[in-house]
Amino acid sequence: MSDIVLETKGLTKYFYEPTKFKVLDNITMSVNHGEFVSIVGKSGCGKSTLLYLLSTMDTDYEGEILIHEELVTGQSDNDLARIRNGKIGFVFQFHYLLSEYNVLKNVMLPGLKLQQYSEAEIEHRAMEHLKTLGMEDQALKMPNQLSGGQKQRVAIARALINNPLIIMGDEPTGNLDKRNSDLVFDIFKELTQEYNQTLLVVTHDPDFAARTNRIITMEDGKIIV
Amino acid sequence: MNYRLILNIAVHLLRARLKQTIVAAAGVTFGIAMFITLLGFMNGLNDLLDGLMLNRTPHVRLYNEIKPVENQPVNLSEKYKNATNFITSIKPKDRGKAIYNSKTIIKVLKEDKRIVDVAPKVSTPVFFNSGTIEISGIINGISVTAEEELFKFSDYITDGNIADLEQNNSIIIGSGLAKKMMLERGDIIKVTTPKGNLASLKIVGISQIGIAEIDDVMSTTSLSTSQKILGESTNYITDIQLKLHDISLAPQLAKEFSTQFGVDTIDYQTANSQFETGSTVRSIISYAVGIVLLIVAGFGIYNILNMMIYEKMDSIAILKATGFSGNDVKWIFLSLSMIIGIAGGILGLIFGLLFSGIIDTIPFETASLPTIKTYPINYNMLYYIIGITFALVTTVIAGLLPALKASKIDPVEIIRGK
Ligand SMILES: Nc1ncnc2c1ncn2[C@@H]1O[C@H](COP(=O)(O)OP(=O)(O)O)[C@@H](O)[C@H]1O
Ligand SMILES: [Mg+2]
Repeated sequence: MSDIVLETKGLTKYFYEPTKFKVLDNITMSVNHGEFVSIVGKSGCGKSTLLYLLSTMDTDYEGEILIHEELVTGQSDNDLARIRNGKIGFVFQFHYLLSEYNVLKNVMLPGLKLQQYSEAEIEHRAMEHLKTLGMEDQALKMPNQLSGGQKQRVAIARALINNPLIIMGDEPTGNLDKRNSDLVFDIFKELTQEYNQTLLVVTHDPDFAARTNRIITMEDGKIIV
Repeated sequence: MNYRLILNIAVHLLRARLKQTIVAAAGVTFGIAMFITLLGFMNGLNDLLDGLMLNRTPHVRLYNEIKPVENQPVNLSEKYKNATNFITSIKPKDRGKAIYNSKTIIKVLKEDKRIVDVAPKVSTPVFFNSGTIEISGIINGISVTAEEELFKFSDYITDGNIADLEQNNSIIIGSGLAKKMMLERGDIIKVTTPKGNLASLKIVGISQIGIAEIDDVMSTTSLSTSQKILGESTNYITDIQLKLHDISLAPQLAKEFSTQFGVDTIDYQTANSQFETGSTVRSIISYAVGIVLLIVAGFGIYNILNMMIYEKMDSIAILKATGFSGNDVKWIFLSLSMIIGIAGGILGLIFGLLFSGIIDTIPFETASLPTIKTYPINYNMLYYIIGITFALVTTVIAGLLPALKASKIDPVEIIRGK
């Protein structure tokens, strides 16, 4: 296996509402194993749209996406779901957790879906991740009993549960105060440094971006740096 | 696919919306309970009426009808074979109402494996005289044991004992007759036969079969008593009544015996065709009401699932983002619907049984049905199986559209929407 975890070739996407316009224009990029990459750019330049394509949730585009050198473009809904489940961890800005399950179950759910380990093993691993993130004493709480920063840490634990190739984040600190943002950033930093975890994070926070390994800057649907 | 996980998620979604879930399930419960109760009750009534008829009508009856000879002499003549013959003013020839060679016929029938029992009967119109009153009626001379076997005649004797008919010159008269002539058990009744014979018979019982026209005219004696008052020999039999192992064979056997023995026959189905229609209509009504109720329950489920999907958009988006496919989401919502259907359906069966049980204890006493004390209920397993099947089918259909809708939800749209 090569070192490239994620690669795109000439990604182009249009929106047709209200009028046809090119939201992504011929994006070619790649992320190497163990890299902590940030994507920055003005609001509305297409960062989120790009991330949705990369996460395989949005399939309406031209060009190619390869994850671990496997072409994901054109795969079926079921196969894409499997790829998302096993290879990609996702951290959103707002959409945190399933309100019907407690913290521990929320973290375990993608693991239960993947069925790579036994339920007991998944629970053990989930507790380990929560411990790493300083959340083990909240494990049995319901999501609505947590603060925003705590929820985001649970979401990170959930993203980690299946040992994903890459964790993607769409402004994961955008909704947090300075102290919690720093906390989340430190967690990301620790994940790359200690566990060699690959990270691709969209951010509007220049401080945040400055402390990552590599910055991709976008403007009007193109990568400029 | 991991069904345990899917089911687990469905249950958690339901628990978060417990109240609506209960309302939806209650709709199904109500529909099924009503369906079961109605069907049980309607069919209980059907059985009662069927029983009433079945106990009065033999499966096949052999008799001689008074009618013109079918092959008139002119038709037999070679000379007019190719002509169209018009015959008017034919008078039926009285071949006598007795079945010719009845003893032999009865012997043959008794050996037939398809026949449970054979009951010979003498039926004759008579006049009953009591003081100055003269009332026309019918005397049925019966073989007591065979009649009891076929029709459970003792069920319909309100006063007296069927065994007493074996005594010479004894009679059981219909309740209507008894009332009109102010007669009681122990009284003597005078009878005039069509040929003018006079006889005095002792009343040993009162019968009531529940149909006024019959109770007003019918009376019962033993075969030998009836033959004696008619002045006929022991060969004199007017009807041979048959009970079959399989009642559905009745029309076929009726035809067979008609040609074999050269007598007239009538089968149970032909004799009671109008009753069949009534039974069918009652069944249709109960099915229709049950199905309508279930459709209403189905709409309830459809609404609640739609609402739930609307409320759970975020959860669906998260599930999809973390690796659940559209198919998984579809099954989550279908399971949800099926849980409502199964839970509501089983409760419906239980309530249906309960309601049936309650109706079964409500007193229902009517003079025309002496053996019935409470409303009749049929507890056929089949209705319960149909009920739970309906519940499942309705909920799956009601859940299908919302489930498909949920499976097609685009997570990007939801996540972006915030
Ligand atoms: N569903 C959509 N239909 C039409 N236009 C959209 C849709 N979603 C986003 N856009 C537009 O596409 C552009 C890029 O959006 P987005 O990727 O969310 O930007 P960013 O995340 O960089 O702020 C914006 O101009 C936005 O208005
Ligand atoms: Mg954005």
